[in-house]
Amino acid sequence: MNAPLLAAMVGLAVPGTALAQDAMPRPAGITPGEATEGARLVADRQKSLCVLCHSGPFPNPHLQGNLAPDLSGIGARLSEDEIRLRVTDMKRLNPDSLMPTYAASKAGERVGTAWRGRPILVEQEIEHIVAYLASLKE
Amino acid sequence: MAFRLAFAAALLCAGIAVAQEIPPGERRSGTDFMSAETRAIQADDGSNPGMLWVLQGESLWKEPAGASRRSCASCHGEAATSMRDVAARYPAFDTASGAPVDLAGKIDQCRTTRQHAAGLPRESEELLGLSTYVGHQSRGLPIAPPDDPRLHAARAEGKRLFETRMGQLDLSCSSCHDANWRGRLGGSAVTQAHPTGYPIYRLEWQAVGSLQRRMRGCMVGVRAEPFAYGSAEFIALELYLAERAAGLALETPAVRP
Ligand code: HEC
Ligand code: HEC
Repeated sequence: MNAPLLAAMVGLAVPGTALAQDAMPRPAGITPGEATEGARLVADRQKSLCVLCHSGPFPNPHLQGNLAPDLSGIGARLSEDEIRLRVTDMKRLNPDSLMPTYAASKAGERVGTAWRGRPILVEQEIEHIVAYLASLKE
Repeated sequence: MAFRLAFAAALLCAGIAVAQEIPPGERRSGTDFMSAETRAIQADDGSNPGMLWVLQGESLWKEPAGASRRSCASCHGEAATSMRDVAARYPAFDTASGAPVDLAGKIDQCRTTRQHAAGLPRESEELLGLSTYVGHQSRGLPIAPPDDPRLHAARAEGKRLFETRMGQLDLSCSSCHDANWRGRLGGSAVTQAHPTGYPIYRLEWQAVGSLQRRMRGCMVGVRAEPFAYGSAEFIALELYLAERAAGLALETPAVRP
């Protein structure tokens, strides 16, 4: 296994190579996201499910999970491109991650018929979430 | 600083997310994760709604049924003695069908082959009542899965299913119940998924339901196609869950949020 890939998997930054492994530019044809729409999506317990695992500066703190890092101040810690990679496919950084792959078709066995072949979120929805999370500076 | 610590902790969890079985000394029933109020409802037979199903099961136990016009009691006598540790040993190997059978399946088998009555559908009030009544006879006894070599293959299959990532969310039972049982998913305690209290009265259902109904809930939650009631897959999962919970006391009928 090559060093940059290993570094990306264990979440270490390697100067020079880190950006390419650890970040993802906005896909062609996707317009910049709207933070208000992103806030609505992050808080949606049925569709995005983010708050089932993550806490953060969202409504109903007592209904937020604690299986994942708190997203408060995430925009100060990660760039837009780094956030986009994580929401799109966390498993590129950590193949064993609990976090579902949101955009791609990576899914487990026996996907329910209503969900089969569909991503959890489409790219434009992810872009709204990216804009919102990038705005969380503290 | 706080978020850094939280992140480090989450990474640690993610790091051990690959199927770490819970050591016997750390096994805890779902009851231990409940609020004091819900535990109090479970502990008091006068307020535990599951006791209504026990009572219904008791009257069905004594009621003649089917072409044989025989009751369960006419063959088995007092359930308090004849059924005392049965639920603690199930699923068991069934020589008639040559396959493992769960408690509800065994009860239904008696219905059809001995009472010559119509079969009882899974999750019907009658089958839930009888299962809760029989299960209740083992309350307080430790789960004691039989070491029957004929069950080994199905139990191993149950373990494999428990550790298989499923559904659109790509999560295994083990992702939550082995690796993250200390955590909260949304507002709910994840728990260790031990089959200690079944059938349970679930406040969310406002009714008693089986272990398989509960497992279907988790499968639908990860957006997977749930296994069918009574399927070989669910019986395999039940066999593995029983082994994973060996030694924990049965609580039927438990109350769950
Ligand atoms: C089933 C659990 C789960 C769900 C649902 C989930 N995540 Fe995550 N997420 C995690 C875990 C666990 C991590 C920690 C990194 C890892 O797994 O390697 C993480 C990491 C992250 C990170 C990086 C955090 C950091 O501090 O570096 C971001 C950003 C993120 N998630 C955003 C989201 C968003 C937005 C959603 C919903 C669209 C979401 N997550 C849904 C479990 C989840
Ligand atoms: C995304 C997390 C997650 C996954 C994956 C998951 N569960 Fe659960 N499970 C939960 C939560 C949370 C509860 C408690 C819910 C409540 O109390 O409302 C629970 C409860 C249970 C219970 C009830 C335990 C008791 O004390 O009565 C059983 C049994 C169970 N799960 C089995 C399974 C099985 C089998 C699978 C895989 C087919 C599975 N779970 C997958 C989160 C999960």
